[in-house]
Amino acid sequence: MTLSVQHLWLIPALPLLAAAIGALTPSGGRTLAASAAIAAMVAAFVLSCCALVAALADPTANLTYNFTWFDLGTGAVRLGWLLNPLTAFMCVMVTFVGTLIFVFSLGYMHDDENFTRFFCFLSLFAAAMLGIVVSNSLLFLFVSWELVGLASYLLIGFWFQKPEAAAAAKKAFITTRIGDLGLLLGMVWLYHARGTLLFFDGGAGVLEPASLTALMVSTLSCGLAVSTAISLLIFCGAVGKSGQFPLHVWLPDAMEGPTPVSALIHAATMVAAGVFLIARIYPLMEADYHHHNLPIHALTVVAFIGAITALMGALIAVAQNDIKRVLAFSTVSQLGFMMLAIGVGSWVAAIFHLLTHAFFKALLFLGAGSVIHAAHHEQDMRKLGGLSGPMRVTFLTFAVGMMALAGVPFLFSGFWSKEAILHAAHAWDVSHIPLYFGLTAVVLTAFYMTRLVAETFFGKPRSHAAGLAHENPAVMTVPLVILAACAILLSLLAWPTPWLQHQLDPQAHTEPGGLSLMMLSIVLVALGLGAGWALYGRLLRTNASAPDPLAAALPRLHAFLAARMMFDELYAATFGRLSNGLAALADGLDRYVWGGLVNLVARLGQFGGLVNREADEDGLNAGFDAVSRKVRSVGQIYSRAQTGETHGYLRVIALGFVVLVLLVMLGGVR
Amino acid sequence: MPLLSLIIFVPWVGALLLAALPRIGDGAARVLTLIASLSTLALGLVALASFHPAAPGFQFVEQHDWIRSLNVHYHLGLDGMSLLLVLLTGIVSPAALLASWKQARSPRYFGLLFLALQGAALGVFLALDFFHWFIFWELSLVPAFFLIKLWGGPGAARAAYQFFIYTLAGSAFMLLGFAAIFAATGTLDFTQLARLAADGLLVEKLAAVSGFWPQAVFLGVLLGLAVKVPLFPFHTWLPPAYAEAPVGVSMFLTGVMSKMGVYGFLRILWPLFPAHLHAASGWLLCLALGGVVFGAFAAMRQTDLKRMVAYSSVNHLSYCLLALFAVSYSTGRIGFTVPASIAAFAGTLLQMFNHGLSAAALFLCVGILESRSGGRRGLGDFGGVRTAAPVFAGLCGITMFSSLGLPGLNGFVGEFLIFRGVFGLAPCTATIATLGLLATALFLLTFWQRVFHGPRAGAASREFRDVAGIELVALVPLVALMFLFGVLPHLLTNLFNPLVTSWVSHINPVVTTAQLPLP
Repeated sequence: MTLSVQHLWLIPALPLLAAAIGALTPSGGRTLAASAAIAAMVAAFVLSCCALVAALADPTANLTYNFTWFDLGTGAVRLGWLLNPLTAFMCVMVTFVGTLIFVFSLGYMHDDENFTRFFCFLSLFAAAMLGIVVSNSLLFLFVSWELVGLASYLLIGFWFQKPEAAAAAKKAFITTRIGDLGLLLGMVWLYHARGTLLFFDGGAGVLEPASLTALMVSTLSCGLAVSTAISLLIFCGAVGKSGQFPLHVWLPDAMEGPTPVSALIHAATMVAAGVFLIARIYPLMEADYHHHNLPIHALTVVAFIGAITALMGALIAVAQNDIKRVLAFSTVSQLGFMMLAIGVGSWVAAIFHLLTHAFFKALLFLGAGSVIHAAHHEQDMRKLGGLSGPMRVTFLTFAVGMMALAGVPFLFSGFWSKEAILHAAHAWDVSHIPLYFGLTAVVLTAFYMTRLVAETFFGKPRSHAAGLAHENPAVMTVPLVILAACAILLSLLAWPTPWLQHQLDPQAHTEPGGLSLMMLSIVLVALGLGAGWALYGRLLRTNASAPDPLAAALPRLHAFLAARMMFDELYAATFGRLSNGLAALADGLDRYVWGGLVNLVARLGQFGGLVNREADEDGLNAGFDAVSRKVRSVGQIYSRAQTGETHGYLRVIALGFVVLVLLVMLGGVR
Repeated sequence: MPLLSLIIFVPWVGALLLAALPRIGDGAARVLTLIASLSTLALGLVALASFHPAAPGFQFVEQHDWIRSLNVHYHLGLDGMSLLLVLLTGIVSPAALLASWKQARSPRYFGLLFLALQGAALGVFLALDFFHWFIFWELSLVPAFFLIKLWGGPGAARAAYQFFIYTLAGSAFMLLGFAAIFAATGTLDFTQLARLAADGLLVEKLAAVSGFWPQAVFLGVLLGLAVKVPLFPFHTWLPPAYAEAPVGVSMFLTGVMSKMGVYGFLRILWPLFPAHLHAASGWLLCLALGGVVFGAFAAMRQTDLKRMVAYSSVNHLSYCLLALFAVSYSTGRIGFTVPASIAAFAGTLLQMFNHGLSAAALFLCVGILESRSGGRRGLGDFGGVRTAAPVFAGLCGITMFSSLGLPGLNGFVGEFLIFRGVFGLAPCTATIATLGLLATALFLLTFWQRVFHGPRAGAASREFRDVAGIELVALVPLVALMFLFGVLPHLLTNLFNPLVTSWVSHINPVVTTAQLPLP
């Protein structure tokens, strides 16, 4: 059965529906919310498999279905769905891993009072993530991208009563938004330059040759090709979302969220969205590559950012004590590997690693979740220990994940995808620095993962909680077993033939790997494992407060790495201060400058009024006052006659009458 | 049926009824007010049903001689922009009334003044002759003044006076400007004046009076509108007025009255003085950018939640002006393109509508907080409200994310189109303006974190009711519309898309740039 591209929207729509159900279900309806979420994911998985069948029928085709969102001017803003092997593989991975993590959450979140809301947010996340994957339009991708950020925000801050969780959620949203502003600008620039944001549109899409040529040919005054500038702006978004240097600071803090969230969002899927985005727009990223007069190529920047991230993440992971933080920095490092792969020109290797990493990193996080759940939320590996016995399934599956991540040869999928990346880096003709960074990170990865396993599972329990830990119910262990099986079986995608890479990009010529490079990386993995075992496995920690052997040997370096290379402090001292300063400036301007001016005008008006009044009072009015005073005094004299006494009046009247009579009589005599 | 007159005057009839019934009970007064206020939405929907977006010019036109000796006509008309704003008024006003439903003191007088205000605002959106347009414009100030002063918070008297005097001073210049226009042209009709301006005759006639007049008139009208919107730095009256006003009045002020200024820019200043606006647009662009950036950063600094939301209004309205000024700036320059200008205008109109919705809802949420805390609304007066009132937290959260432009909710589409337009016309401006987006996210999430997250504290540590009853009736429709217009923006854009397309196609770069009277 196949799924046609017109109906591709069903894949994100089903989880969205489940999210709506979860949002409207009262907190008592646990079964309804959870079963709707899981059923939607399973259905989406089935549909994704159908879509995969359809896509693999012709791996070179980009099947699209475009439609108008709204009219604008004489044109329209259009969106669409895109089905090709990249879409389909991502859909299958997201829905498969998602389903397992949803099931695991049934157990992990069992006692949480906000159980229904958790599944609502998880479903919202899955819908948005799948929206990114199926979009044929950078605009719709951006819409989903932001919604993924929202879901991540809600889930990191799921235990919002904890101030750290609330702060971490905000930090994640703001940090990724910084990158997203670049993405927004890149997007509007691309829209402005090409009049559309559709990737493929029968020759008119932005990823099609006509558009790419136009973008590459036009250059800016600084010498950059327009395509380079747009690519780098869009890459900013990927840097934020995928935790690349220098915007990686939010990802470790995101571990404040429940562990299934860390597994799904901050390891397997969302953080890989940046890698996916760059792989999706790879033709645009690559457009300037053969243009030799340019000061910089977009992919070169990607390669170096990826290499720096890979090494930095691995270095910091060495000195972390929280299980989830170690895994978080390992995710940062692995995402760096993926970016590195795209940068050196092999987006196929990047996607391969993205897929394998999704499985084994989800496995590792869920394994960590299993430990944390059993040990009553103890995450500090110094206080764990001795869990290999009581937690047999968790231990064995975790060990599989650890070996896949470390790149233990042949049996584990991580080995093959890592080989593909190192191989591509070796073949890159610009610089070998990313290769060296990558190789160093390989040693470190094997080293810190050995330490993690040794500290957590071996020796004796070093806290009361760890001593009481026992294996979790099947709802949590079965997903672990399935993921562990996948971590091994996914090797088949690359061996004996590079099938996946061929499906993703049939044109990509994958020459057989250089044997010497493979040998070198195997030696390096062995070196890392050996060093880890020598430092942490051979001499097992006896109590939680015993010093770390590495910290004892290199105290200052260890402290620097343990403090995550002081990035948070650096940003607080620079950007934090800058933004506070700007806020104070804006507020001060209002209060004192603009407000002051307004008050000054008001005062001037009042002063004018005062002058006017004084002039009136002492000038004009003085004359009137003098006259009226005279009139009044005369009036006062007259008014004395008005006593109000009737007798008085009668007396005067009588007197007057007498006088009048006298006058008449006298007159009459004359 | 004189539909537009009905839209304007039914609220006033309601106000008269309230005035004529001194013995009416409080409950009856409230209901009467609400019914009269809802008439706008009902009549607006009637207009919507028979509105033809593609038809050129104004619809439902009413034109009668009024004062023949002054050539003053009673002239009303409606196009996509006015329809949008009438609908917005129809949505926001009843919600605002419901928000102040429990207003204890004399609901009769409150309703009377509110309806007077609502009718005046509608008059501004529908009048096409400066004479009664200006009457409506000024009349809206009087009820607003009393509503703020009599029902407002402790600092209301000062805030109301500042609001009244400041806006009145701005309008006085505008009145003088139009007096000069009338003296020069003999008409006050917007459509006739716009035609004169399009032919370049308006400036010519004004200049015939005196060479100085075109600039003076332009500046006078600009000042009147700039204070009203407000354009940075003429905005200092706004935070105290919005903060001190009772919640329903804050909602109306930010939802509807702030649109009067932007409307004036689009209906009057830009069509009448394209060349002058173009000449000044470099400076104006900087001021609008100042509003975008400083408005958002100043909001970060506020501890009074209402002042914070008020500053976010300064930021959001500045986007509208940014887009208009960018179009004006690029007219006749190399950067000018038709699609970018259309996007900028479409974004402006969407932003006007969406800001009305989101900001009003945000004020409503702060009002609900205030009603639970005995009037306190400081950033530090709450904590853990999400635990205490989960439904309220959800609705307020959606409102906040709509305000910060999250895709899927209404705010995004307008902001996206504005950025798309402004980037096409003036790329550096758009780049700097993204700082405003970042700061908006910062202060809104800080608001959210401090008030809703963490352990229960402050006012939320005691009994804290979740939203219920009338509050829900006021808030839920607004939130539902945020989803609706976020997912289906064509419901709005279809109303004005032909209008903005014709605006842009009628931009005449010759008139706009050739006869630049400024040095």
